[in-house]
Amino acid sequence: MITMRNITKSYHMGENVVHALRGLDLEVREGEFLAIMGPSGSGKSTLMNILGCLDTPDSGTYLLGGEDVSQLTDDDQARIRGRRVGFVFQQFNLLPRTPALKQVALPLMYAGLTREERMRRARAALERVGLGDRTDHRPDELSGGQQQRVAIARALVNEPNIILADEPTGALDTHTGEEILALFEELNEQGITVIVITHDPDVAARAGRVVWIRDGLVDHSRDGATALVARVGNPPLTTEEGGIPSRATTKGGAS
Amino acid sequence: MNLSESLLTALDSLRSNKLRAALTMLGVIIGVAAVIALLSIGNGVTASINDEINAIGTNLIVITTNADNSDGYPTLTLADVVALSDPSRVPAVADVAASVGAGFAVTAGGNSTRTSVEGVTDNYFRVNNLEEVAGGGLLTENDVDTRARVAVIGDGVAEDLFPDSYPVGQSIKINGASYEVVGVLAPSGSAFSDTDSSVFVPISTAQARLVTNRTRQGEKPVSAILAQAANADVNEAALEQIAEVLREEHGIAYAAEDDFQLLSQADLLDTAGQITGTLTAFLGAIAGISLLVGGIGIMNIMLVSVTERTREIGIRKAVGALRRDILTQFLLESVVLSLIGGIAGIILGWIIATIAGRAIDLAAPLDVGTVVLATGFATAVGLVFGIYPAWRAAGLRPIEALRYE
Ligand SMILES: Nc1ncnc2c1ncn2[C@@H]1O[C@H](COP(=O)(O)OP(=O)(O)O)[C@@H](O)[C@H]1O
Ligand SMILES: [Mg+2]
Repeated sequence: MITMRNITKSYHMGENVVHALRGLDLEVREGEFLAIMGPSGSGKSTLMNILGCLDTPDSGTYLLGGEDVSQLTDDDQARIRGRRVGFVFQQFNLLPRTPALKQVALPLMYAGLTREERMRRARAALERVGLGDRTDHRPDELSGGQQQRVAIARALVNEPNIILADEPTGALDTHTGEEILALFEELNEQGITVIVITHDPDVAARAGRVVWIRDGLVDHSRDGATALVARVGNPPLTTEEGGIPSRATTKGGAS
Repeated sequence: MNLSESLLTALDSLRSNKLRAALTMLGVIIGVAAVIALLSIGNGVTASINDEINAIGTNLIVITTNADNSDGYPTLTLADVVALSDPSRVPAVADVAASVGAGFAVTAGGNSTRTSVEGVTDNYFRVNNLEEVAGGGLLTENDVDTRARVAVIGDGVAEDLFPDSYPVGQSIKINGASYEVVGVLAPSGSAFSDTDSSVFVPISTAQARLVTNRTRQGEKPVSAILAQAANADVNEAALEQIAEVLREEHGIAYAAEDDFQLLSQADLLDTAGQITGTLTAFLGAIAGISLLVGGIGIMNIMLVSVTERTREIGIRKAVGALRRDILTQFLLESVVLSLIGGIAGIILGWIIATIAGRAIDLAAPLDVGTVVLATGFATAVGLVFGIYPAWRAAGLRPIEALRYE
């Protein structure tokens, strides 16, 4: 479903050049639940933005569903974002002063659906994330977890093949984070490919596969079960890089 | 996304910040109100000047002595009137009247007033649109033929001399002789002629009793001849024919200057039209400048709005909005702002024009052309000054826009 070969991306800030991705390769299969971990500044968000067609790589190829999407025009990228990818952000990124139903219907408006169809599907998406009774609530009338659910409903409403989530639980408390995660698992069980950036080893443990990014490259990758074993059995590989916080060890030990 | 969706989105976002929308509109409201008010007043002034000019008659040509070329002598006589009344010589002229006037003290009983006494031909009233009387009748051909001592007096003169009685049938004294009042003119109120405070007597009587000056040849003069062109189209022909006949009558050599001058009502209307046209253009320019300022206000607020809403734009783009979706939304926002502002401005301008029109006693009509012009102008202002902010918004990169705090 996703094939990335030798992807590079650098940021120029005056004289300084930051090489955020340095020739990264990545393969994601249809229906996978993939967790991306790695220290802060390692290039995870940069990778995610390229995956979600919010940004283009400097070089390398990115095949999405067999199509090369590495060098598209702005508008072609927008079309892919609107129809094939759902994006969930750490900061929710909802429109201010806009009721939930309208938020969720937004991608459908740009996709050109009729008003009735948009409302019907937006309502269904909100029900799917458990917010069927909050359609008229505006972001400032919703809790953080509910806002993130609205964002997920918005990501879902176009029935995308992939949902990308950049630290979706980062702004939520542990319990709410758990619920959001359960929601992603549920969506994955329904067949949607889910890619989540996370610092939480529990999340990683529930993912089918974990990919560690370091200095703009894939450091290593393991399937979820192995990750769990590694976490329980061995000293964490990447503690000093911030990949697995120490909390994980104690918690893992207790289970 | 189609246009009506874009319009709804634009309206939504204007609704979500009503105060800002209203403040943005203010510039356009004031600009359009200025356009409407100033142009309406300009039109009102034009119309009232034209009315004044048209009130003195129709297709008139006024012939007077050319003071620059007559050594101080009057040059026109009743013989000229007779010559100009010959249709075979001046076919383009339908009617000719004449007058000769001087200032006199006029008395009646114990009352006295200083007025201009005009000796006129009997058709003078018709040619000059003065046929309406408040009482009695006008001078007749017989009055002129018999040098009758009768007078038609203006409304103001009647009030001065006969404050408590009906003037018709009473007598007034001019230059020691008494005249019977046969009619009182209806008040005219015109700013161009002073008929309200004039006294009219037969031209023959005036020449016999009141006129003291003479032409170079010693004849009794007339001060003005009024020729009425048959219609507006033959005005130029009438001017040429009159000049030809008068030069012939006066024996003016080929190379010599006219000893008379011609002023046609059409020329007067043209001149007035030029003046009022300049006035209207000037007022329009002032109004246009205020509309321009309003437009710059819109651009200013829209640019602020684009910056403020960077994140919103990022979100819209992240979920699939194309460049043109964002462009259309922001463009429509500024067009809707200026259009609503334009409509409010038309209403406000009309109110101002009406109040101002009343204050200076002038009809300030709101014509359709002005409304269409102002609406079109307001929309254009929204479009033109909305383009740059909208283009900026449309060009934002989604990740950068999302990162914006
Ligand atoms: N827009 C940007 N301009 C300049 N540098 C950037 C920008 N975005 C990211 N970077 C830099 O690129 C590197 C990778 O960033 P990012 O992908 O956000 O890492 P992560 O999400 O793993 O924390 C960092 O060094 C970061 O400072
Ligand atoms: Mg990041």
